[in-house]
Amino acid sequence: MDWSRILPIVLGEFFAPTTAAYALAAIGLNIHFGLTGLLNMGQAGFMLLGAYGFAIATIAGWPLWAAVLVAIAAATVFALILGIPTLKLRGDYLAIVTIAAAEIVRLVGRSTALTDLTGASSGLRGNQYKHTFQDASPFPDGNWAIGPFEYAVNASNSWWLRIVGWAVVLLACLLVWLLIRSPWGRVLKGIREDEDAVRSLGKNVYSYKMQSLVLGGVIGAVAGILYVLPRAVQPDSMGRSMTFFVWTILLLGGAATVFGPVLGSIIFWAVLAFIKITMREVVPTTVLRNEQIEQFGWIIVGVTLMLLIIFRPQGILGDKKELAINAH
Amino acid sequence: MPTEPSAAVPPVATPSTAARDAAVAALRDVPHEPGARKPDPILVADDVRRHFGGVNAVDVDHVEIQRGAITALIGPNGAGKTTLFNLLTGFDKPNSGRWTFDGKSLGGVPAARVARAGMVRTFQLTKALNRMTVIENMRLGATQQPGENLFAALVAPLWRGREQEITAQAEELLTRFKLDTKRDDFAGSLSGGQRKLLEMARALMAKPRMIMLDEPMAGVNPALTQSLLGHIQALRDDGTTVLFVEHDMHMVRHISDWVIVMTEGRIVAEGPPESVMQNPAVIDAYLGAHHDTDLGDDALLDDAVLEQLRAEDEEGSR
Repeated sequence: MDWSRILPIVLGEFFAPTTAAYALAAIGLNIHFGLTGLLNMGQAGFMLLGAYGFAIATIAGWPLWAAVLVAIAAATVFALILGIPTLKLRGDYLAIVTIAAAEIVRLVGRSTALTDLTGASSGLRGNQYKHTFQDASPFPDGNWAIGPFEYAVNASNSWWLRIVGWAVVLLACLLVWLLIRSPWGRVLKGIREDEDAVRSLGKNVYSYKMQSLVLGGVIGAVAGILYVLPRAVQPDSMGRSMTFFVWTILLLGGAATVFGPVLGSIIFWAVLAFIKITMREVVPTTVLRNEQIEQFGWIIVGVTLMLLIIFRPQGILGDKKELAINAH
Repeated sequence: MPTEPSAAVPPVATPSTAARDAAVAALRDVPHEPGARKPDPILVADDVRRHFGGVNAVDVDHVEIQRGAITALIGPNGAGKTTLFNLLTGFDKPNSGRWTFDGKSLGGVPAARVARAGMVRTFQLTKALNRMTVIENMRLGATQQPGENLFAALVAPLWRGREQEITAQAEELLTRFKLDTKRDDFAGSLSGGQRKLLEMARALMAKPRMIMLDEPMAGVNPALTQSLLGHIQALRDDGTTVLFVEHDMHMVRHISDWVIVMTEGRIVAEGPPESVMQNPAVIDAYLGAHHDTDLGDDALLDDAVLEQLRAEDEEGSR
């Protein structure tokens, strides 16, 4: 095995923009699930809406800040539409509605009726909407290399995107850190434990659940922007499997913790890259072809998720006594 | 199950406090009949009905709860006591009915607003928030915490002062309920009885004017029963109105100032605890359905014991 080739790729995943985007999406999901106990099975829907909102607004000529606001507004409206009918009901209804709604967003996005707006199933090409973000960079164009890591400074999968992406992730961590310690976070945790008890103490449970759904969804939408900045908006790459990756990351790192989603995302992408590259080196192509190795990687994700929920539901950072999932 | 409950539960000396004397005096002239008018009612309900399919779970024409007194709501299983609780506290919606709390109409008002109006309840199946610490449970019960607003939550100076007040209040209550040593334990690690105490203490954080306890003694060991009884009486002595559902007649007799008896959704009798148990409607309600009714987790209510209690009563009144 050629470690000098494998290691840089694996280590590169530690701070890749995609890792940051998934960490951020998992932070949003952590507000839903870890703090409030909401089963949002459609986080990819929030991400896709954020990506569409940002890309379409930028293509329409809107400045960077306005395009980001469009993404946030889209996620807010989506959360309200999902929450108004379901948050008064018991938790499982939200899970059903969110998984369906995320699929609706994807299917509407890829329908040919909207080709002018969303590019239908072929999506929106990255260089149609990347320029406002790249122009906002204070750095000169070119390439920087730090050790084995060499990326463009500003273009596409760039240092600039890594700096902004991880800064946003850290800001979101700070937000969660502040909220988790606040009386607001305490009410959410109470709702996670038993919403009738919280209701009997005079708190408007519905309003808190809605705030949580909107906040986590908006963070998911920003994650969607980060996710599409180094690539294209592809509705089919932001479907159910994306939601389950985000769940795996959250449960791996530890729900209801501040840094769990970040740690989970780093481990998830680094290990996945390691497994795929190593298998390509080690396993002869007569046994498993390259695309089969790709699939095998995802099988490992599924098995990991199952093992996590069975054997370590609190994740890596979670408090054993404060399990994120257990029988109520 | 102790064969001699009187050995496990030492007889409670009926306390005589100014509050109890005042409550008893105020209720002296109230007629012993269902729906009786009280001199100073805090809660007045009319025509409260709730059907489940064809069953009238609650069918109450009129009921008043006296302010500053301990009122017990008793009745066999399935009498509709808990359903009435749920309706009055906004946890269930009636098919019809209206009621006022402290002169304010609360019919159809959601549970959270009922609690904010000053009427706080506890649950039959204790709802301690297991994966939160005892002190966090307590803090959650407090009102007027500006930090419970999402935006204010981000600016700690806006709520830290109130948080300190809340914590001081919580610690005082925990000491009173002898839970102060459990302050930083997860509520899930407490015993059943301690959880009942915690739930009651948490409800008191909001400083309610009326507290509604749904079977406060269920699942509580006899050693804790004494202190729970004391706490409930202390509430009344502090001016809080108490309404509680209970199966344990021992407790009902010793601490309540007034008893309301329900059966099959209707109120069938009212009166002071000394005499209401002799009301023929009550004896019918209990003993008529006794063979298939669980009257509580205590041997106190088997026929022999009830007979004995009644004999004691007759002796006492002689």
